[in-house]
Amino acid sequence: MTVVEDRPTTAGAPPPKRPNPVLALLRNSWRQLTSMRTALILLFLLAVAAVPGSIFPQRGVNRENVSEYFAANPKLAPILDRFFAFDVYASPWFAAIYLLLFTSLIGCVVPRLRDHFRALTTVPPDAPKRLERLPHHADGGRRPEEPAAVAAEIAKRLRRRRFRTRVRETPDGWTVAAEKGYLKETGNLLFHFAMLAVLVGVGFGQWYGWHANRLLIAGEDQGFCNAVTQHDESVLGPRVDASDLPNFCLWMTGFDSTFQENGIPRSFRANVRVSEDGGAYRATSFSVNDPLRLSGANINLIGQGYAPVLRYTDRFGATQEKVVAFLPTDNMLTSEGVVQFPDVNIDPATNTRDPELQMGFEGVYLPTGGDDGSALSKYPAEDNPVLYLAAYRGDLGLDSGKPGSVYALNRDQIQDGDLEKISGERPYVLRPGEKWTLDDGTTLEFVGTRRFATISIRYDPTQFLMLVGAVLGLAGLMLSLSVHRRRVWFRVVPADGGSAVEAGGLPRTDYAGFGDEFAALTRHIKEGTP
Amino acid sequence: MAELSNQLMALTVLAYLAAMVCYAAEYAFGRSSHIGRAATRELVGAGGPPIKQPAPAPVEKSRWVGRSAVVLNLIGLALHLGTTVSRGIAAERMPWGNMYEYILSATLVGAAVWAGVLIRKPAVRHLGLLVSLILVVLLGAAALVAYTPVGPLVPALNSYWFIFHVSTIIISSGIFLLGAVPAAMFLIKDGWDSGKRGFPYTLGRRVGDAGSLERLTFRLHAFAFPLFTFGALIAGPLWAEASWGRYWGWDPKEVWAFISWIVYAAYLHARATPSVKRTTATWIAIIGFVTMLMNLFGVNLFFEGLHSYA
Ligand code: HEM
Repeated sequence: MTVVEDRPTTAGAPPPKRPNPVLALLRNSWRQLTSMRTALILLFLLAVAAVPGSIFPQRGVNRENVSEYFAANPKLAPILDRFFAFDVYASPWFAAIYLLLFTSLIGCVVPRLRDHFRALTTVPPDAPKRLERLPHHADGGRRPEEPAAVAAEIAKRLRRRRFRTRVRETPDGWTVAAEKGYLKETGNLLFHFAMLAVLVGVGFGQWYGWHANRLLIAGEDQGFCNAVTQHDESVLGPRVDASDLPNFCLWMTGFDSTFQENGIPRSFRANVRVSEDGGAYRATSFSVNDPLRLSGANINLIGQGYAPVLRYTDRFGATQEKVVAFLPTDNMLTSEGVVQFPDVNIDPATNTRDPELQMGFEGVYLPTGGDDGSALSKYPAEDNPVLYLAAYRGDLGLDSGKPGSVYALNRDQIQDGDLEKISGERPYVLRPGEKWTLDDGTTLEFVGTRRFATISIRYDPTQFLMLVGAVLGLAGLMLSLSVHRRRVWFRVVPADGGSAVEAGGLPRTDYAGFGDEFAALTRHIKEGTP
Repeated sequence: MAELSNQLMALTVLAYLAAMVCYAAEYAFGRSSHIGRAATRELVGAGGPPIKQPAPAPVEKSRWVGRSAVVLNLIGLALHLGTTVSRGIAAERMPWGNMYEYILSATLVGAAVWAGVLIRKPAVRHLGLLVSLILVVLLGAAALVAYTPVGPLVPALNSYWFIFHVSTIIISSGIFLLGAVPAAMFLIKDGWDSGKRGFPYTLGRRVGDAGSLERLTFRLHAFAFPLFTFGALIAGPLWAEASWGRYWGWDPKEVWAFISWIVYAAYLHARATPSVKRTTATWIAIIGFVTMLMNLFGVNLFFEGLHSYA
């Protein structure tokens, strides 16, 4: 909108006498890079480069979706992966674009800051010789007073309208030069510097921030303390050491949820007890949109579900109880999971474990089962809880050292026949409190369920500063878009014992309303109205 | 109430459709239209060659057609407002909880700003054809592909940030969407002025001055841009931080908001760069419009993300 040159001319820098070709090339490249055209092209490139990140699943957003994509497109996925299609926003080519833009931005705004500073400290220039050549021109009428007094009075009026004003005496009379709207450029620079600050903030946030996820089952026995080993997954920034994590412990006392009739959730809340820095436990709670803010970490509720409690009694009468989270697969909280008992059926006489006698159970939990025997929950709250299980006996394959999923049995072991299904074709139905006696006389009791919450623990040290930057940037942007820079001049010459006034105006930015403003201004000055 | 809202919705689309037909009819009467006459008068006043005044009958007729277009348009706006308000009352909350309501509200903003522009500058009435076309298409698409029965908000949306974030994005989207109309018309008119005579440039024959279309385009975009910046890049991340723990996570909706923002920033840049032609700059605004549509429909339909009203 400003009628600006493509880049501010570096005034007064005489061309070097014998240009060094390398320097000349460098200088030209720099000039190219910091031109508005290049900034435009880079902005465009950035927009285009962001697109694939919405088309392909992103590791930074959802790892599972990426694995699914790999499974569905085994040929294409590795090729795409080579081009960082699953890490678009961490890819070198994305970084190249924004780093170039960043450089261009610096190269562009630093000289503008200097120029603007200069403009702020120089006075409005004197009136051009012929005011009638300006885009706006008006006859200011005649006054009985002396030119000097008239000029002073006009200047006073302009100052009251917050014009920067300068009165000059010329051989044939007086001129008043006035300019207004410097805030436009100030705002524009503020905006661009705020952009720089936000970009730097993002970088620092990634370096010095960390985040982790944890599935937290209700109960004091299921609590945890903040440490990498106790997170299900954690990502520490390059400048964060595991020992830097803040020290707090947390356990969930209960989880409240309410649902609408159609099963869509209405509200969630996790009630917890937390101890910071080894202090006493205090009760608090958090929910969606209302995170728990601890010093050095914020805890957000991002998911929830049910964890069945199962008690297995082996052939020697020893009992073990386990609580395992079953992961929801739909909005009605149909949940899948496994319970594994590797250390059972140990003969007390010999104290040896028979690897053939480990037990695994796999199945589905429905908070509200139907009468039709369907394996899908009808409602997310526990109105008619039912657990469908299949039992397996044999080697669970947990000792192989290979990391396996805790939410599924080891398929290889089942395929190799090392882990054998001992229940019938149809899964066994258990309701809370019911006991299932297996073929070898051992029993599995479905004690009940507990709730679990998935939580995200996160710390980003620059978050707040970035907010400040963004708000300042927005203020700058609004100034930049709403303020207009314009100049007006008045020439006061002696005439018939009094003075004759003439006015000219020049909008320095594309400003459709300037004509009206100029007309009103000159009319007020002519008629002496305020 | 929900039923009422749906019926009002159908009436709204019909009213806009009728307005569109009238705008088109007025347009077809050509020179005898408001703008045409202004242009004629100007030419005569400027001492141009004498121009044969059109017969008075079509003048009257077209004026009436044009006026009824505006009246129908305003009736449509009232019905549109009714649809949105009754929807909100039926749901007992702001009518911004899902894609259907979102489009309903964004187009309402667009239509309201259009009415404002129309009242302040009657000379741009010729844009009504395109405006009502876009309204009919968007509302029709919302009703056919995005309709969602009334329901309360899911917990993730139940936050006061919801109000700030969604309202500012809806208002700015509505204005951006409307801004595409003078942008398209400017490109058409500019093409006509520079001698292009194929369709759609023929539409530019009877349109007012290209420069004022371009300025209107800019003013609408310059107004919407800071609002969008606030809604998408300040309130959105603030809410995301409270809700999901991270202020920015490249969720598909975030990606497309970012893309739209960058494209509109490029438009403002292009317009501020003297060496870039105004037509090029305006094309960038059109691309911005396409990215907004992508975010409105495409992202909800094609991609899976965290935004619950998908
Ligand atoms: C991070 C990337 C950038 C963004 C998001 C951005 C955004 C914007 C926006 C929204 C405006 C409009 C404000 C107005 O018209 O007053 C603007 C103006 C401007 N930008 Fe940028 N910009 C970026 C990078 C750059 C770069 C690299 C340059 C230098 C080549 C630059 C130079 C300018 C100039 C000179 C204006 C003033 C135009 C005027 O006077 O209206 N910007 N920028």
